[in-house]
Amino acid sequence: MKSTVIPIGPQHPVLPEPVHLKLTVVDEVITDVVPSLGFVHRGLEMLVDSRDYHQVVQIVERVCGICSMMHAMCYCQGIEEMMGIEAPPRAKYLRVIWSELHRMHSHLLWLGLFADSFGFESLFMQFWRIREKVLDIHEATTGNRVIVSVNKIGGVGKDLDDDQIEWILSELKNIKREVRRLGPTLLDDYTVKKRTVGRGVLTSQQAIDLGTVGPTLRASGVARDMRQLGYAALGELDFEPVIEEAGDSWARCKVRFKEVLASIDMIRQAAGKIPAGDIAVRVKGAPPEGEAISRVEQPRGEVFYYIKSKGQKKLERLRIRTPTFANLPALLSILPGLYLSDVPVVVLSIDPCISCTER
Amino acid sequence: MFKMTPNILRNLITDKATRLYPFETREPWTGVRGELGIDIEKCTFCGICALKCPTGCLSVNKKEGLWICDPFVCVYCGVCVESCPKKCLYQDLVYREAADEHGKIVMKGEPPRRKKEAET
Amino acid sequence: MKAQSLFVNMDQLLGEAAKLQVEGYRYVALTAVEIDGQTVELIYHFDLNLGMRHLRLSVQKGTRVPSITPVYLAAFLAENEIQDLFGVVFSGLAVDFKGTLYTENEMRGRVPFCRYTVVGSEKGEAAGQGDNSREDSSGEAS
Repeated sequence: MKSTVIPIGPQHPVLPEPVHLKLTVVDEVITDVVPSLGFVHRGLEMLVDSRDYHQVVQIVERVCGICSMMHAMCYCQGIEEMMGIEAPPRAKYLRVIWSELHRMHSHLLWLGLFADSFGFESLFMQFWRIREKVLDIHEATTGNRVIVSVNKIGGVGKDLDDDQIEWILSELKNIKREVRRLGPTLLDDYTVKKRTVGRGVLTSQQAIDLGTVGPTLRASGVARDMRQLGYAALGELDFEPVIEEAGDSWARCKVRFKEVLASIDMIRQAAGKIPAGDIAVRVKGAPPEGEAISRVEQPRGEVFYYIKSKGQKKLERLRIRTPTFANLPALLSILPGLYLSDVPVVVLSIDPCISCTER
Repeated sequence: MFKMTPNILRNLITDKATRLYPFETREPWTGVRGELGIDIEKCTFCGICALKCPTGCLSVNKKEGLWICDPFVCVYCGVCVESCPKKCLYQDLVYREAADEHGKIVMKGEPPRRKKEAET
Repeated sequence: MKAQSLFVNMDQLLGEAAKLQVEGYRYVALTAVEIDGQTVELIYHFDLNLGMRHLRLSVQKGTRVPSITPVYLAAFLAENEIQDLFGVVFSGLAVDFKGTLYTENEMRGRVPFCRYTVVGSEKGEAAGQGDNSREDSSGEAS
C-alpha cells in the first residue's frame, strides 16, 4: 500500500509545546517518525557568558517553567560542590519540601493534560482544580506561583514558620483526599484503559538501551530514581521509587499518579523532621573552579548539569541535559506500529517538555 | 446511577470551584512578590540592586540621583530586595497590570552629597 | 569527576563505548566543551546504578568524529545538537539532520556556541554537507 506523510505539530491541539513530528503512515499504521525541533531554542546555556555565577540561578530557573525549582536546586548543588560549601540542614529540608511540591504540581498538570489528550475534559478540569491549591501553597510561601525563585547558592532565600508548615500539612490532607477521589476515574475507567493499556509499550531492556529517565523508565519496571542519590535531605527520609511493570501509556500514567501521593508523604516526613537553624550560609572566597556534575530527579526524570569554571566570575561552560531530551529517542522508537489516533496519547505519555529540551 | 446520585447532590449544594474573576478577586497572600517599588528617600544610590539584578532591568545614576526600572524586563525574583543594604526596595502584594504602552519607572531622589560639596 | 574519567582517542571511542554497553551502562549525556580556538572536548557520560563513568575525547576542529549511535542510539539527538551548535561533524549518525535540528540552512557553517575565533575555511570544511557554507563561515563571530 502507498505510504502517506502526515505532519503533526508544531501547532496541534494536544501538544502543549511546539514539536514537529513527520509521520509516515501506511493506511492507519505509522511506519516511520522523524522529529524536528528548534522552534523554541533560546541558547540559555550560552547566557553564562554574560552573567556572573550567582545570576545564573535565575537563568536556569527559566529553562523550564514547570520544574524551575529543581533546575535551580541542581545548579546550586553543583556550584556548592565545586566551592566546597554545604547548605545548612534546614535549607536542605526546605529544598525537599519545595521540590516535592513542584513535583506534585507538575504531575497534576500532566494528569490533566493526559486526560485532555483522550478527550476527558472534565477530568482535566478536576486535576487542574487540585493543582491550583498546590500553586496557592507556592504563592503563599515563596511569593511566586510557578517560578518560585527560592534557591540561592549556599541555601534558600525564604523560610517557613511553624504556622505555615501546619497550614501546608492541612492543605495537603485535602489535596490527598481529592486526588484519591479522582484515582478510580482515571485508573479504573473502561474507556481510559481502552485508550492507554498496551499502547506504546517500552520493555525494560529497551528503556535502558534508549537512555530513558524518570517515570518513563520506572513504568518499564526499572527502579531508578535520582532521589536514591540522597541529595538535599533526601538521604534522611524514607523513600522508595514507584515502579510499574507494564511499560505502556497506562503504566506511565499510574506511576505519575502514585508519585503525587508519594510526594505528599515525603513532604509530611520532611515537615516532621525539619531542624531549626539557618537557611543559608554566606558565600565567601574565590569563585568556583574546576568541573562538577549534578543530578536531580525532576518530575519528568533525571536532569543532568555539567558545570565548568576557570575560577572567574563567569562560568566557562554550563551544559544542561533535561529529561525530555533523554526520553525523545524512546518516543520515536515506540511510535512505529501504532495507529495514527494513538499518537496524541503516546506522545503525551512521556510528558514532553519541549522548551526544556531545547533550552 | 447509584454512584452518580451522591455526586449530583453534592454538586447541587456546594459552592462553585471558580471565581468570577474580574469582579471578584481573592485577597493576596502575604509575602507575594508583586510589583517592585522603591522608597526613594532612603536610597543612597549605591547601585548594588542594579549589579545584582539577573535581568539588568535596573539602572542607577548616582550623579543625578535617578533610579530607573524597566518593569517589562523585571522577572519578580526579589534578588534586589534581598540585597539592598538600606532596605529601601519593596515588592507590592499585587502584580503589575497589563499595559498598552512601554514605559519605564523613573524615580528621582536627592543624590548623596560628598563631604566636600556639603561644605562649600 | 576526574577519577571516573577515561581519556580516549577516536579509534578507541566506539570500542570503549561498546564495553560500557556490555557492562550495562545507560547513556546519560554528551557534552561539548570548547577548550580553545582549535579543540573541542567531547565528554560522554554513562550511568550504572547511580555511579557515573565519563569518556573524554579531544577533537581538533575540522576533523570528523565517529558517532556512537551504532552502540547507543539515544545519542543521536545530542550529536545532532553538537553538530549544529559547535560545528563538530559526526560520521555514521543514525538520524542525521545535517545541521537543521536547531538552526536553519542560512546558519550553515556558523557555530553559535563557540566563543573563540575559528578559522573560516576550516569551519567550512567541518560543516561540509552544505555547498554554500564556505562564504558564510568567513564572517564567523568570535
